[in-house]
Amino acid sequence: MVNFEPKIVAFCCDQSGYPAADMAGGLELKLPRNVEIVRVPCAGRIETLYLLKALERGADGVLIFACYEENCQFLRGNLRAKGRLSYAHRLLEKIGLEKERIEICHLATNCGPKLAETLHRKSEELKKLGPNPCKI
Amino acid sequence: MIKAEQKPMDEMLRYLNHYNRILLSGCGACVTVCHAGGEKEVELLASALRMARKKTGKPLEVLEATPARQCEPEFATELSETVEKVEAILSVACGVGVQTLARHFPKTPVFPGVNTTFLGETVTHGIWEERCQACGNCILERTGGICPIARCAKQLFNGPCGGSSKGKCEIKKEVDCAWQLIYDRLNGLGQLNRMEEIIPARRWGVESRDSGPRRIVREDLKV
Amino acid sequence: MKAGSNLEKILSKGLFAVTGELGPPKGNEVSVIKRKADLLRGYVDAVNVTDNQTAIVRMSSIAASSLLLQMEIEPVMQMTTRDRNRIAIQSDLLGATALGIKNMLCLTGDHHTFGNQVDSKNVHDLDSIQLIDCVRTMRDKGTLLGGEEKIEGEIKLFIGAAENPFGDPFEFRAIRLAKKASAGVDFIQTQCIYDMNRFKEWMKMVRDLGLHEKVHILAGVTPLKSGGMARYMAKNVSGIIIPDEIIDRIVKAKKPAEEGIKLCVEQIQELREIEGVHGVHIMAIEWEQMTSQITEMAGLLPRPKTE
Repeated sequence: MVNFEPKIVAFCCDQSGYPAADMAGGLELKLPRNVEIVRVPCAGRIETLYLLKALERGADGVLIFACYEENCQFLRGNLRAKGRLSYAHRLLEKIGLEKERIEICHLATNCGPKLAETLHRKSEELKKLGPNPCKI
Repeated sequence: MIKAEQKPMDEMLRYLNHYNRILLSGCGACVTVCHAGGEKEVELLASALRMARKKTGKPLEVLEATPARQCEPEFATELSETVEKVEAILSVACGVGVQTLARHFPKTPVFPGVNTTFLGETVTHGIWEERCQACGNCILERTGGICPIARCAKQLFNGPCGGSSKGKCEIKKEVDCAWQLIYDRLNGLGQLNRMEEIIPARRWGVESRDSGPRRIVREDLKV
Repeated sequence: MKAGSNLEKILSKGLFAVTGELGPPKGNEVSVIKRKADLLRGYVDAVNVTDNQTAIVRMSSIAASSLLLQMEIEPVMQMTTRDRNRIAIQSDLLGATALGIKNMLCLTGDHHTFGNQVDSKNVHDLDSIQLIDCVRTMRDKGTLLGGEEKIEGEIKLFIGAAENPFGDPFEFRAIRLAKKASAGVDFIQTQCIYDMNRFKEWMKMVRDLGLHEKVHILAGVTPLKSGGMARYMAKNVSGIIIPDEIIDRIVKAKKPAEEGIKLCVEQIQELREIEGVHGVHIMAIEWEQMTSQITEMAGLLPRPKTE
């Protein structure tokens, strides 16, 4: 599809994702155009509902940027996020949407380039998958 | 409380096939506790249903409501105005809630969105186990507070059977032998002699559901 | 005499009793029963007829027991509480006694999920102890359970039950037998024995309660055909304990089947010596033809004749 810029909602946790996004900005790394950053205190704050609502309200893809497995400041927040992501994937299957539209990426505060890279990769993937057919 | 689990989504979509505007009604009581049909679950399910139907090209409008207890007339009737705007109701309350709505809104089809499974206890967050069978004659006094009707696979009153091994039931090792639990509890309470009493045959016909659907009438409480 | 059956007469005379076991066919081929009956006749005093064992649908024990009577073999009709409510149970007992059946075994039954009709409703209106009490009421009071409804005719049954000395909790197993005795049981057959020490411990607890004088105890034995069978039973059948030395003995034997028979005979001889053991129950599952050899080698033949 010509000129399809996938809308990506990126949930960024205060302990890793958000500082990384800051760093990416500081380094003036280009990010894909249609990205909305949603700041959360910890990935554990992300409810399954947010993942689905993001898609319902027009996102083509959703990314969760969370700390590496053993690094969560709140001990298990990132693990909870993973669990809710799995649940969301099962729902996507029932709805008829591709699992790839929601993903979790683990990183640390100094991973500005990794964040940018991940967003670009996702954007390319979503261009191939096409716009979200289920947005209301 | 009553425990329930959501039905598979394709089953729900099948019920809703002919409708374009529905009310998804949750309940603030039992199904909230077991995360099957509370307010959060209603929001999530509504979103999923909308997206699933959008994909088929036949959009579904889903109104959401979560009355405090779906099984009581005063809370059910609060939904009247909303019900008039919809073609059908999908209820994620337990079977009682579904039937209460059906009784109060006889002109609107009401579908169950959960399977009501059992009366149970929260063992820990995310794990629930069956504890009560609503048999109508509670004998927990003589079994140390552990129910053999709900927890023994054979509903023995004078167990354990010969299949009890290392504290586990013969049907699967994840299931505790209820009578081993009872034995240990009575032992701990110093009441092991109660295991020597023969509990006579149960009067299922008089006390339980076996002589038909049951009813309680409290004259002192009738308005 | 409670029923005057052959088994009862032998036990009341203080003779060592021998019972066998027969599983009805998964269909209605009478020839299957006849073949097994011919292998047991004359080697045992009575033959247990199982009741949908492991919840697999087979010809009913009442029908198979009646057929055995016609073949001149005394049955011990097993009845579980898993599949029938008290109406069906009492009705079947009226029928069974009308057909001439005089011995029965009251059981709870293996859980129905083990069988081939797992979707069925699990009945368990009564448990085995309540069933014993029910049969005793019919026999000694002449009424149905509850004591109100008079029965036309006399229900004469020699009441048996099973007990498992190897189930848990071990300390409770003798008391459970006491409960069955108090409910009215006349004789019991135990689960098959391999762990002789544990069985002797259980018998001691039983004697301490004086139960050996109230109830006839028949010790259960099952000959092991192979090392594979021994391992399978030890691992998969709940309530059976097989000590490693025994499994080893069968596994290492040059002719495992022969060794299994030898072991069975040794067990019977050892069991006879235990005070309170009044007989042996030989469960040669799908190996009924060995009953003749076992009883012969154990010195149990000829079986006594009673009037």
